[in-house]
Amino acid sequence: MDEQKIPLWRDDRFIKLAVQVLLVVAVVVVIAILANNVSVNFRRLGLNFGFSFLNNPASFGIGDTAIPYSPTDAFGKALLVGLINTLRVIVVGIILATLLGIVVGVARLSENWLVRQIATVYVEIFRNTPLLLQLFLIYTAGFLQLPPIEQALQLPGSTILSNQGLYLIWPIGSLRTGLSLAVLIGGATLGIVLWQRRLRVMELEGASGNGYQKALIGIGIVSLLALLLGLEWRTPQFENGTVTGGLHLSAEFGALLFGLVLYTAAFIAEAVRAGIQSVSQGQWEASRALGLHSSLAMRLVVFPQALRVMIPPLTSEFLNLAKNSSLAAGIAYSDFFQIAFTINNQTGRVLEVVLLIMITYLTINLLISLGMNWFNQRVQLKER
Amino acid sequence: MRKWISLLFATVLTATVAVACASSNDTAAGGGGGTSTLDTVLSRGSLICGVNGQLPGFSFVNNEGEYSGMDADYCRAIAAALFDDPSKVEFRNLSAQERFTALAAGEIDVLIRNTTWTINRDTALGLEFGPTTFFDGQGMLVAKASGVTAISGLGGKSICVQSGTTTEQNLTDKFRKLNIPFTPVVFDDEDALYSAFAQGRCQAATSDRSQLTARRQSLPNPDNYLVLEEVISKEPLGPAVRNNDSKWADAVKWIVYSTFQAEELGIEQDNLTQFASSTDPEVKRLLGQEGTLGTDMGLPNDFAARVIKHVGNYGEIYQRNIGEPFALERGLNSLWTDGGLIYAPPFR
Repeated sequence: MDEQKIPLWRDDRFIKLAVQVLLVVAVVVVIAILANNVSVNFRRLGLNFGFSFLNNPASFGIGDTAIPYSPTDAFGKALLVGLINTLRVIVVGIILATLLGIVVGVARLSENWLVRQIATVYVEIFRNTPLLLQLFLIYTAGFLQLPPIEQALQLPGSTILSNQGLYLIWPIGSLRTGLSLAVLIGGATLGIVLWQRRLRVMELEGASGNGYQKALIGIGIVSLLALLLGLEWRTPQFENGTVTGGLHLSAEFGALLFGLVLYTAAFIAEAVRAGIQSVSQGQWEASRALGLHSSLAMRLVVFPQALRVMIPPLTSEFLNLAKNSSLAAGIAYSDFFQIAFTINNQTGRVLEVVLLIMITYLTINLLISLGMNWFNQRVQLKER
Repeated sequence: MRKWISLLFATVLTATVAVACASSNDTAAGGGGGTSTLDTVLSRGSLICGVNGQLPGFSFVNNEGEYSGMDADYCRAIAAALFDDPSKVEFRNLSAQERFTALAAGEIDVLIRNTTWTINRDTALGLEFGPTTFFDGQGMLVAKASGVTAISGLGGKSICVQSGTTTEQNLTDKFRKLNIPFTPVVFDDEDALYSAFAQGRCQAATSDRSQLTARRQSLPNPDNYLVLEEVISKEPLGPAVRNNDSKWADAVKWIVYSTFQAEELGIEQDNLTQFASSTDPEVKRLLGQEGTLGTDMGLPNDFAARVIKHVGNYGEIYQRNIGEPFALERGLNSLWTDGGLIYAPPFR
């Protein structure tokens, strides 16, 4: 059987491989051209690539600092301060935006006409205007309209509010505070474990769980003591136009947080609404037939099922919030992006700084995705 | 299958080598002389000038919708020298953060954006500075009602400052030296900065004193604010271009110097025609009637005459943009013959 050989250009295996090879070559060529471009331009401008500049003193001040920082510290430390500022906004922002988004999303489907209309107007306004504009408005027309520091509002609990921000009572960072914090965290963890065990014992074995209850009360008392006496609370002191001590949340932080939460919550509300509407009507009817009140039906039957649909769009909203936090520079909040660009401006290390920014935001977002994917897998239907 | 894989590797390798060869050729061509920005600008027929755009007195859009100010006029002077037409300028507004990247990336030909000449910017940032057109110093703008009369009274206060500026660093240095604490509130945008200051977010705003003087007048109640007497730094402001392009750097440098020299010789926009018939060899050289000073550096020989005709000499530029609108005296910005620092090397 002398089968005629298939010519190379009609050989399916060859064509498939050739396409792949061509693609790889194209990618390699593009990357090589870019790299070459960069190195030629670096040489032309007499610059060289490296990250050692991060050890040089920063010599600029930062308004919002969650960790001790002085201008004599290195650029690297300044970046760390910025990173913590960014993470502060992202973490608190995601939590608050999720809560608000769920409330508004549920309100969008409320049986109450007024609640439904208010939720709709909120969602449409915040979803359809630029975030930067909202931030400017919230900052200049909102936070800056608070009384100036000279006439600061003195609220209960030693809280001081002015257009410089909010000063709160806060523990100082000492050894005693650290130990008490450890006690609090340990107590909470132990408490949760014991609580779950108590429920299981009560449900499965029909036991009273009295022993567990006593242990839980004991943990509660110890934790309360640690909270009140262990932590060295420091109240903010107001004295001729300046405030010392306590926790300072600046007006810029507040405005950015508010803006991000309001903006992102509008999107989350839509994801929540879509999720709830995707649950079949039969589920509602079945729960009513079982005698569940509509809020209970929502909480116990519909919402857990809606969650499965909601999580993927929710993940992208979290990622958007993280990236949008870089608009902070517009309203003078010292986030990672702003500090990185200040460093770029002082050192002229454009490529290094841009790389650092890309890597940082990529890492933050990959971590968020990772966490959300894990959560997604947990709540998905298990095929058995 | 193995044969296919080895084929793939061979192809990639060939491609890489080919690219490597090609790029080394590029380097030889591009790294050597290359084309000067001067040629690029001439062939394009217009100048792309990076300016502030928000700073009265230096570069801002006035009521007629035109860029005006000292920096804007120097952009026009360069266009006038090259094309005999001061309108051949494309202005690009740049924030303090954007400016150096925009220049390095070739987005603009020249940066005239009240930029302070510092050693770091001149060397590490890969810039080349032209002659200083305005000698400034950093000051503080405060509300009169605050009762603050000196920098030492600003301990523990919030101070508004623009990011990516020398003032941001000077501020930190000064307060560190005085050993008093302060909270910087760092804005990216100048308009946002002064609006926050006017609303009392900060007890002081800091910048170059000329900028504070100009900005004070556009605050809601200018009389409620004052610029402190203390000057905390040297801020020589001038044009900047990319490093390693001396042809273009020379052109910018000498166009600026020609405005200094014109004032020194008393040549103004109005009396230029009288000077055209002058027999003074110094005047004749500057106006390009004698010698080849202009053509030697690739400019029209009468470049200085064009600059004076369209924009005027240094004194006129200063009076028009800073002296009259803000009643700011020349001070350091007087000619060297009047005890100032404005001094052009000889035109010969």
